Amino acid sequence: MLDVLMKVFGKSEKKSGKIAKERLQFVLIRDRASLSPEIMDRLKNDIIAVLSKYMEINTNEMEISFANDSESAALIANIPINSMRQNLRR
Amino acid sequence: MSKIIVITSGKGGVGKTTTTANVGVGLAMRGNRVVLIDTDTGLRNLDLLLGLENRIMYDLIDVTSGRVPYKKALVRHKKYESLFLLPTSQIKDKSAVNPEDLVKLCNEMNSEYDYIIIDCPAGIEQGFKTAIAAAECAIVVTTPEISAVRDADKIIGELARADKNNIKLVVNRIRPQLVEKGDMLDMGDIDEILSINCIGQVPDDEAVVMATNRGEPVITMNGSPAGQAYKNIVGRICGEDIPFLKPPKEGFFAKLKKLFGLL
Repeated sequence: MLDVLMKVFGKSEKKSGKIAKERLQFVLIRDRASLSPEIMDRLKNDIIAVLSKYMEINTNEMEISFANDSESAALIANIPINSMRQNLRR
Repeated sequence: MSKIIVITSGKGGVGKTTTTANVGVGLAMRGNRVVLIDTDTGLRNLDLLLGLENRIMYDLIDVTSGRVPYKKALVRHKKYESLFLLPTSQIKDKSAVNPEDLVKLCNEMNSEYDYIIIDCPAGIEQGFKTAIAAAECAIVVTTPEISAVRDADKIIGELARADKNNIKLVVNRIRPQLVEKGDMLDMGDIDEILSINCIGQVPDDEAVVMATNRGEPVITMNGSPAGQAYKNIVGRICGEDIPFLKPPKEGFFAKLKKLFGLL
């Protein structure tokens, strides 16, 4: 009975085609942002190489990861610094 | 010079081989010299869809391994005499042919045919890499289902990574009634999600099943909506500007019925 009333007053539930589209958009943001472990390793090594010119970083404790939500993707890096390079100090 | 097109999808069962057979026959009906190469090694089916399963003497592996020249392995179509099939092996597995083999073969064929159409296996492994190696254009086949569209997206990414940037989309098995009810992804949704130039919208059509049963691709059947959609795809491949078919509009009685069905 409630169903019928809902239909009459146009409060019908979301169409499955629309649900499919939203689910797809959500999952594709994640799919497209994901990187293979090899590429992730290469990225990590490149970051270490660049940063090491300026500071000594703790490579054992550094963390790099991807964060995704339905809106965007971000690269999150947590890189502990042991010390700055002497020759770069003022 | 032949135009080399790979037909691919990622997901299995969305109509890659059906699309290959219909595009091949359609191009041949227009007088083009066409060779179809089945690279779905181990799961041979293109021969069945074309009704050529009893004429096979040699296969792709016999050619790439150097046992026979490719012309000896080609099977000429009974009715469309400018159409040839290079069947694949039913016994070997997909690693039996590598990308270099296929590039070499296509180079050899290059001057003889207007179109070389390669039917790709499902998946993104070695067989896929082999199938796309020689192609200058890729047709990605999908259906309006989330799993098929997701896999199509993955394949588009893989193609781009392999520097194959001429990518066209065919959406197969569209059910206009479901789309109209809002219970199926529509073309606007798929365009928005994949952003790939669409060259075909093929409606779900029982005639495809009957055509497959007979081994005569649906493009040869007059009055079939799917057949007409494939004819349009072939026209677009040949560079013609063909508008997309509008799904038949719902009549007055159907609307009335729907109105009563609501209550």
